[in-house]
Amino acid sequence: MSEQPNESSDPRRWIQRTWNLQPVLIPLYAILLAFIVGGILIALIGVNPFEAYWALVRGMFGSPERIAGSLARSVPFIGSALALAFAFRAGLFNIGAEGQLLIGGLTAAWVGTWAFMSDTPGIIAVPIVILAGFLGGAFWGGIPGVLRAKTGAHEVITTIMLNSIALFATRWLINSTDPKILRDTTASVPRTKEISPTARLPELVDSQPPLHWGLLLMVALCFVVAFILKRTTFGFETITVGTNPHAANYAGISVDRIIILAMLLAGGFAGIAAASEVAGTNFFFQPGTFAFIGFDGIAIALLARANPIAIIPAALLWGALLSGAPLMQQEADVSIDVVRVIQAMVLLFVAADAIVRWVFHVRSTSGSQMDAPTTGWSST
Amino acid sequence: MEQHVSDETGVPLPRQFVGGGLSEEINLQRRVGRRQIVGIVLGLTGLSLILLVAPNITSETRSFAFEPPPDPLQISFNPVVLVTVIGLIYVLAGVLSFLPGRLDRVSMIAQLIAAALAIPLVLALGLALSDAPATNVINLLDESLLLATPIALGAMTGLWCERSGIINIGIEGMMLGSAGVGFTFYAILGGATSTGWLWAAILVALLTGALLAALHAVLSIKYQINQIVSGVVINLFALGLTGFLRSEVIVPSGNSKGVATSEIGIPLLEKIPIVGDTLFTGGPLHFGMYIIVFLTWLVMYRTSWGLRVRSCGENPHAAETLGINVIVIRYQAVILGGFIAGLAGAWFAMEAQSGFEDNMTNAAGFIALAAMIFGKWTPWGAFGGALLFGFARALGSRLQFLDVEIGDFSIPSEFFQSLPFFVTLVVVAGALGRAVAPAAEGQPYTPSK
Amino acid sequence: MSNTPDVAPVEMVPVLDVRDVTKTFPGVIANEDITFALNQGEIHCLLGENGAGKSTLMNVVFGLYQPDSGSIRVRGEQVQFTGVNDAIAHGIGMVHQHFQLIPVFTVLENVILGDELSKHGLLDIKDARNRIRELEQQYGLNVDPDAMVGDLSVGQQQRVELIKALFRNADILILDEPTAVLTPGEVDDFFAVVRNLVDQGKSIVFITHKLREVLAVADRITVLRNGKLAGSADPKTATQQSLANLMVGRDVVFQVEKDEAEAGDALLSVEGLVVEDERGVRMVNGFSVDVHAGEIFGVAGVEGNGQRELVKAITGMLRSVGGKVVILGHDTTKWNPRQITELGVSHVPEDRNKHGLVGPYTVADNLVLNRYYKQPYSRRGVRQTTPVDEEAELLVEQFDIRTPGIHVPVETLSGGNQQKVIIARELTGDVKVLVVAQPTRGLDVGSIEFIHNQIIELRDRGVAVLLVSAELDEILSLSDRIGVLYRGQLAGIYEGADATREQLGLLMASGASPDADVVVA
Repeated sequence: MSEQPNESSDPRRWIQRTWNLQPVLIPLYAILLAFIVGGILIALIGVNPFEAYWALVRGMFGSPERIAGSLARSVPFIGSALALAFAFRAGLFNIGAEGQLLIGGLTAAWVGTWAFMSDTPGIIAVPIVILAGFLGGAFWGGIPGVLRAKTGAHEVITTIMLNSIALFATRWLINSTDPKILRDTTASVPRTKEISPTARLPELVDSQPPLHWGLLLMVALCFVVAFILKRTTFGFETITVGTNPHAANYAGISVDRIIILAMLLAGGFAGIAAASEVAGTNFFFQPGTFAFIGFDGIAIALLARANPIAIIPAALLWGALLSGAPLMQQEADVSIDVVRVIQAMVLLFVAADAIVRWVFHVRSTSGSQMDAPTTGWSST
Repeated sequence: MEQHVSDETGVPLPRQFVGGGLSEEINLQRRVGRRQIVGIVLGLTGLSLILLVAPNITSETRSFAFEPPPDPLQISFNPVVLVTVIGLIYVLAGVLSFLPGRLDRVSMIAQLIAAALAIPLVLALGLALSDAPATNVINLLDESLLLATPIALGAMTGLWCERSGIINIGIEGMMLGSAGVGFTFYAILGGATSTGWLWAAILVALLTGALLAALHAVLSIKYQINQIVSGVVINLFALGLTGFLRSEVIVPSGNSKGVATSEIGIPLLEKIPIVGDTLFTGGPLHFGMYIIVFLTWLVMYRTSWGLRVRSCGENPHAAETLGINVIVIRYQAVILGGFIAGLAGAWFAMEAQSGFEDNMTNAAGFIALAAMIFGKWTPWGAFGGALLFGFARALGSRLQFLDVEIGDFSIPSEFFQSLPFFVTLVVVAGALGRAVAPAAEGQPYTPSK
Repeated sequence: MSNTPDVAPVEMVPVLDVRDVTKTFPGVIANEDITFALNQGEIHCLLGENGAGKSTLMNVVFGLYQPDSGSIRVRGEQVQFTGVNDAIAHGIGMVHQHFQLIPVFTVLENVILGDELSKHGLLDIKDARNRIRELEQQYGLNVDPDAMVGDLSVGQQQRVELIKALFRNADILILDEPTAVLTPGEVDDFFAVVRNLVDQGKSIVFITHKLREVLAVADRITVLRNGKLAGSADPKTATQQSLANLMVGRDVVFQVEKDEAEAGDALLSVEGLVVEDERGVRMVNGFSVDVHAGEIFGVAGVEGNGQRELVKAITGMLRSVGGKVVILGHDTTKWNPRQITELGVSHVPEDRNKHGLVGPYTVADNLVLNRYYKQPYSRRGVRQTTPVDEEAELLVEQFDIRTPGIHVPVETLSGGNQQKVIIARELTGDVKVLVVAQPTRGLDVGSIEFIHNQIIELRDRGVAVLLVSAELDEILSLSDRIGVLYRGQLAGIYEGADATREQLGLLMASGASPDADVVVA
């Protein structure tokens, strides 16, 4: 490494010392490295990576509409990432956002199609739909919470099973014609009826997909969650359970109660995200629209190190990449799956930041570790 | 030195201490444990079978067949009688669950019998509620074993990793990655038809699994990142990579579908009447699974290396004080697990069918984890778990095929498709209870310096 | 007896010769220029306080740590160990203070691990079993090779550790605090085993901080203090007082000063308590006691006889399956920890890192861990930092907690200061009943004195104290009454001033004593 005397005069070191840039620097370097890996993959199939990436970048930010589209794409990711992050802080690994989104979206769409909604002003109807999504997601998130607290069944297994069950359940509810349950028989594809116009979130930009008020809702939710975790006694208890459940029990915190509440809320956040998609983008519910959103939420939350505020830029990156990928495929003929590889690499390099430090010669400072519990399968 | 503390200080001692033998007199607070809850569920199920189900199903004869038609060997029964009898056994098992503590074993055996009877029960109900007069149970067993293949292999992967102390939720990604890379290799070089290239491709799949496992090992052992995060990275990476390969390489090559491994028969065993032809002929990788399970048990419990692996998962520091290199052992075990996951991937893309579809492993890796936990981290237990889930899946598609109706309501196919997941959920919630994971699992290990 | 090598013959080469060894860890000098020699067939005691650097030195000898400087010679040969295997190959064996055993393995598996015998690639269990049996006979160590280690008593587990070393043909044995977990009776048996080992040609380094044992067993004594060599002593002429002064570096008062207890009402009553542990094993089996205001009731006993479960059940952390706990007149049997805390019960837990502290949290947050939710630390569900900080500053000063600040993670403090954080938190406020478990484990003499005085001060203020400790000295010096816990039951109660080590030891080992006040069958 560099010699001692030069250290104070090295501007890079000086900047690093004056403002602790590491929390930002490491992810940026990680993104750079991930793009290099993706570029190698692209070059292997005989495409110029710079051309492909130029198309990708234009697809992400090439015009105001595209920027809006990228933003819109990231909205549901914020919610699904919050669903993971919040549970994570309570020491739980909630892989169930996928199912929680489905159930939340379904209940939101179902409530949104109730007859009285068309006579209800938007100021009431929209919150009702969002609340319905919250409750639906919370219900589905609460099941693994209760199972974990009461039987010790590990949430990684139960949430994955509940994801599949939610998929089949919602599929049946909107597919079934005999008996007809939630299917809109006038539509050509299996989906619910459209929700009442009064229950929809207003549009901000007519992009593809449209940017609506859901973005502001989700960003506000991030700040609310950050406040809960950082400043409230409930947040303190949640993090205590996540950091040391034995000490939490000793300190008089009911670990079971926190586990159940954390999973309820986590599921609820996914449900809100799903409701905002239903109320702002599609206006109906169809399981396919939520495919992989919960799955990506895991990666986004980990990228943000389970910090609710950091989820916002992480989700934006995710949404923008997915939003820009089709243009890359169209112009450079590169499969959009490259984006998935890049995403995996971003997560890899952020998690294993030692690799990034080694490549870019960034010094280690303490406190950059993820507040991440890794527990075995059997609960205590 | 005579002492009578209580007299000297005037502090009255609790009465129980005089005379001793107090453990008999303790008034135990009533506790309802897991066993009793299971008992209640069994009892209620039995009662509803007798009172609600049996009177409302057909009493026409139904049969379990052991051979394909025509004129198969079969057992015929009256569904009403069978359901009533099983219902009675359930009620009995429910009652036996409330035996006092020292008759624990009796209750446990009763519950196990009840659990095993669920299989003929569900099958009989399925037949009774549909128009089919008979169903072939040997076929069903064969399908169960077949569908258990990737789950058992995945569970062995998990076992090797976790017994050495590394959590692995990346089994899914290891399987998917090796399926995708293996088939890509087969499609480009072998045109998806050449037998020689097929076996080379299977080898490639094994190596891919091992490579992904090595990545997991480096991330969790060397860089000590959260092992669950590392598993997620593997899953995400495999999904992206194989999707990329499919759309950029496999599809353009024009060899999306090909020839899978051909069936083999086990000498002698395939000659056994009735079962031989069904159970003892099949894909080579499927039979490989049995060998892997057996070898996993043998190596883990009967060799010095297996003993060392297990010690690393239980108390790595103790292992270190005996001169065992914990880091090396963990690398070896995780990578060995990767090879096994690679075999499962090869089964998906080159035996169950010949071709690759996006996300074709469809959560088998996660179900494998559940099977491993269900089996309490032992090879045979995990194999049993895999069989259970294979059976749930086979049963689901069998019942779907039978078109089961309750009254006018035809049970939707989605219900049967979700059956294995539901079974997993119930089993993990109900059976995990006392399962104890390897003690050092998930904790990064730094050797002393 | 072979213990006469006080002055080694000139031509005799020490079997183990450590010269000028220095070992540092980030921020700590664990060993500085230490020289130490072990002669053939002697018991050489390495004496020092907790944290004096004894274990570090022996871990260097055993190859677990590499020294920064200095040299090690084994039987005259200069060695440089890169790992444990090198040490084992040179005939060095170590019994660690914290047993390095795998509870879910059998004795045999634990013994052969790392040095397995194989035949045709498979483990040769039969041969291994025979070898273990032979060793057991030769050295008088009786353990069933096929028993699960987790089912064995602590004393038996220690024998397994010895067998492990002997199985590897060790003739230099390092015993790190081997008696910490034994009853006085077991200690005597253990000394007999050690003498037998020496008679059969082994050489032994005996690490301890217990002065009585040093005088009973040592051929030679070396004392470490703060990572440095403090001196050596001859067991024939040394006294406990002289050794203690050498070990601590100042005059040590052995007796804790306290006044006669003025016992008041029974504040804590336990009646026929039955507790099962997490695995469903019954650990407390009908325990009853009354603890009165202004007295310290000490619970002695070998670890694993139900102490942990008893404390957890009283403080609400574990639900009992039978019996009753009454605190200040309330039946708290089914209460949760918070309800019990609010009643005025403080709890200093046995495992400070697992239960007592949240490691990554700041000192300040840990100091309010039992009252963070109350006014003024929290208002309408929102935490208030200023009152928390003020309280923390106050407690840090009052309890002399050595910390760079109240906002550093508590896990960065030394063990003694971590324990002081817990003591500060639990001993302030409106305490009526205090439950303390192993309050001074692993601490230095200064911290121990401080904590003992705090507990006595609380007693004098009329608090009912239940003290659970594996250190018989601690029990004897603090308690007004002493109960012995044996297999989950109270085997007897003694008046504190009258009890002797021997009586208690007998009761701890067998659950029965001819002169105990009450005996449970």
